[in-house]
Amino acid sequence: MTTAETYVTAAYLVFLGVVLLYVVINSAKVARLEAAVTRLEREDAE
Amino acid sequence: MGAYSALLPRPASGVGVPPAALLATAAAGTLLAATALALYWVPADADQGFSQRIFYLHVPNALTAYACFAFGAWKAVRLLATGDERYDLECHTAVHVGVIYAVLTLATGSIWARVSWGVWWTWSENQLVLFLVVFLFYCAYFMLRYSVAPGPQRARLSAVYAVFGIVLIPVGFLAIRLSANFIHPVVFTAHGPQMAGSMFLVFCLSFAGLGGLAAALYRVELAGRRLDRRVRDLRSVR
Repeated sequence: MTTAETYVTAAYLVFLGVVLLYVVINSAKVARLEAAVTRLEREDAE
Repeated sequence: MGAYSALLPRPASGVGVPPAALLATAAAGTLLAATALALYWVPADADQGFSQRIFYLHVPNALTAYACFAFGAWKAVRLLATGDERYDLECHTAVHVGVIYAVLTLATGSIWARVSWGVWWTWSENQLVLFLVVFLFYCAYFMLRYSVAPGPQRARLSAVYAVFGIVLIPVGFLAIRLSANFIHPVVFTAHGPQMAGSMFLVFCLSFAGLGGLAAALYRVELAGRRLDRRVRDLRSVR
């Protein structure tokens, strides 16, 4: 792999990594909020 | 994405806006195709060779960041005009997605600079410095936002700030074109795109994919923020 190919690969991997990190963080946040809503609604119903 | 599907914000009209899962799938497919074409199909640039292929990621990222900031400014104007606080969340989300794209622009640009110019960053380029200024300006948006208590005042202050930010974008565009001494390439001039037809096609494909991805991220993040507000509301009435 040439130097240019290494840097191009790195650029595309950085992009993929940042987007995946964003999706993972948002998934965790939404899952936590969903659980909180479910718990609060259940407690209100009781 | 399964957990997200139930959270998708419904448009007021109920028609005409594709859901986030559909947008994300279409964007992923488009980006995969654009990446494959960029790496294996388009001809190598005569000056920069293989490293020019970062262009198909870097420039659409920057344009998508600008589009997100412009969208955020539009939502801010709507908030200031109507006083409807749902635009506050929408503006905040658009600016946040724009900042993520700006981070990607800076990262890919830095890698491209290293392989093309031999440095990770140079302060002598107006284009780079102005983009950094735009990025820092929108980072400060969050500092302002979180330094004021939630409520109508914070919403209005944030909206005014987001509207001012949009002025920096044309300044950035004009500065590089008025500058006489630069090494940063200018591809889009008054005479149109200065590249081969195949290159422009892949650029457009990549831009469409990144735009679709931004739309999907916006919808998902907005759904999360609305859910967060709902949790706060539920807790406040207990």
